[in-house]
Amino acid sequence: MLKIWSMKQKQQQDANADAAAGTRKKKVTAAQLRVQKDLSELALPSTMKTEFPDPDDILYFNLTIEPDEGMYKGGRFHFTFAISQNFPHEAPKVKCTQKIYHPNIDLEGNVCLNILREDWKPVLNLNAIIVGLQFLFLEPNASDPLNKEAAEDLRSNREGFKRNVRSSMGGGTVKNQTFERVLK
Amino acid sequence: MSQPVMVSGTILAPSSTMATRWQYLDNVRRNSGPFTDPDVFDASEAAATNMEQINVFGAGGLGCEILKNLALSGFKKIHVIDMDTIDVSNLNRQFLFRQSDVGESKAEVAAKFVEKRVKGVSITPHNCKIQDKDEDFYMQFTLVICGLDSIEARRWINSTLVDLVDMNNPDSFKPLIDGGTEGFKGQSRVIYPTMTSCIECQLDMHAPRAAVPLCTLATIPRQPEHCIEWAHIMAWEQEKPFPKLDNDDPEHITWLYKKALARAAEFNITGVTYSLTQGVVKNIIPAIASTNAIIAASCCNEAFKIATNANPALGGEENYMMYSGNDSIYTYTFKHEKKDDCPVCGNMAKNLDVDPNLTLQEFIESLAARPEAQLKKPSIRAEGRTLYMQSPESLRLQTAPNLEKKVGDLVGNGDEIGVTDPSLGRVDFKFRLKFTSEFVKAETNGHAK
Ligand SMILES: [Zn+2]
Repeated sequence: MLKIWSMKQKQQQDANADAAAGTRKKKVTAAQLRVQKDLSELALPSTMKTEFPDPDDILYFNLTIEPDEGMYKGGRFHFTFAISQNFPHEAPKVKCTQKIYHPNIDLEGNVCLNILREDWKPVLNLNAIIVGLQFLFLEPNASDPLNKEAAEDLRSNREGFKRNVRSSMGGGTVKNQTFERVLK
Repeated sequence: MSQPVMVSGTILAPSSTMATRWQYLDNVRRNSGPFTDPDVFDASEAAATNMEQINVFGAGGLGCEILKNLALSGFKKIHVIDMDTIDVSNLNRQFLFRQSDVGESKAEVAAKFVEKRVKGVSITPHNCKIQDKDEDFYMQFTLVICGLDSIEARRWINSTLVDLVDMNNPDSFKPLIDGGTEGFKGQSRVIYPTMTSCIECQLDMHAPRAAVPLCTLATIPRQPEHCIEWAHIMAWEQEKPFPKLDNDDPEHITWLYKKALARAAEFNITGVTYSLTQGVVKNIIPAIASTNAIIAASCCNEAFKIATNANPALGGEENYMMYSGNDSIYTYTFKHEKKDDCPVCGNMAKNLDVDPNLTLQEFIESLAARPEAQLKKPSIRAEGRTLYMQSPESLRLQTAPNLEKKVGDLVGNGDEIGVTDPSLGRVDFKFRLKFTSEFVKAETNGHAK
């Protein structure tokens, strides 16, 4: 097989020479095409919806999650997705637009999800991220905290944490922080 | 080949550790012949006994032959993927299966059978769809052989292997050997992903299945197949007797058969049978055991030559061998040229003729019928403009009004569009639109443009 590979390398050099000579034409960008592909393969459950402020700009959209089980059941949570032209080499930027009480989401809306940062790989797709976000509401995770107080509550007093979640979702105050009402 | 392979030089006596079973094969492996490339030929013990990890898609008619041939050609580590279970109708040609295996996984039974008969070979079965496996899985193989009956599956694996190629990693490069048969005809071809003409480049070698217009099925069926298609496409969707059609469930096929039969009676059409129903619904292509054997033999010889460098293989200069036994016998081996505008292995957008006065809906429907596209559920965007997305639902609703608009209202002549379709695997289509006629803009405010 070595022989074939060296032929391949030779061919690649020639192709690069062509590209340098300016023979390539402007085309639909790879990032756009990849996002289009990811979107056309999305299989959203009834608990999640997308919304595109501008359908012609698919690199920017909102996602709403309405968990139908777990501690966050009954809430409606909004996220924004901003995707760069470097996608899929770079993960999308995902933020929660509400101030919520969650161990893995801070008060500014930053989200702690491994595949949004350290474990992102180009083979992953938008669906993986969306599934991951939904999972955060089913299984908030105390070992990877962005809101340390919430994480500490979850670790030390699960029942108390649950009560805090309910009250924060209703727009209440938890430890001097007033949260946004997110109930449907 | 009418002459046996002649090897030059002295034929070595087999070492005592080697079974006499492999003696002839080993002679071919250890001795270079007049066509052997001395740059890459390796006659060492290790090269002779440690053949590469190879993956076989399909354990059906071709797959059974391929597995048997590979094992008998000295390949030691083989994986086989097939999601099908054994049907009694397979037993006439899929010789690794017995009556008692009916209902079992093809991949598992085939692997066990060959392992039992050929000592020292390890075959790992995967009872799943090829699409269920990820890139990491495919990275472990050095060669891939397809014995599939589905174009969709072939395109998927083709685009996956093209996508794997990484110039910094020679191991990412996996030759693809593809065999296919239809009745007395068949072909075997070798693809060096990104280097030579790929399955996508050669898609026009497969004519799309002739589809009957829906209106014919709905209003004026003339053949038993029309009645079956009607039951399959329309009656099923309307009545939904079961949540999801399973082509392998006799109860489902029986339901379709009875519907088709009643419809045929209504239109005085004869010839609707249970097996015809099964054939139409599953798109069964008639298989002839000997054609499978010929094509599988050719595929496995190429695998052996690529793996051992013992002789030049199909793939470089010539890459496609067609075989026809329809009218006496005819074979032809040629070079199918790589297409620079291949949507999978080429960089450039492909030209697509389109009448700008079609509505977007009509254009999308035409994509399904074109031999160069054959798309089922395409989503379409131009740079900075979303024409129509099938998913997610919100985007579908937002872009659905475009379906009524004319193509010329949405894009300009020469514009590029990106087309994605879940059936395509990891690669997408880019088309450069070429308008075939002048665009007539709809009248607005009483002014025609
Ligand atoms: Zn190609």
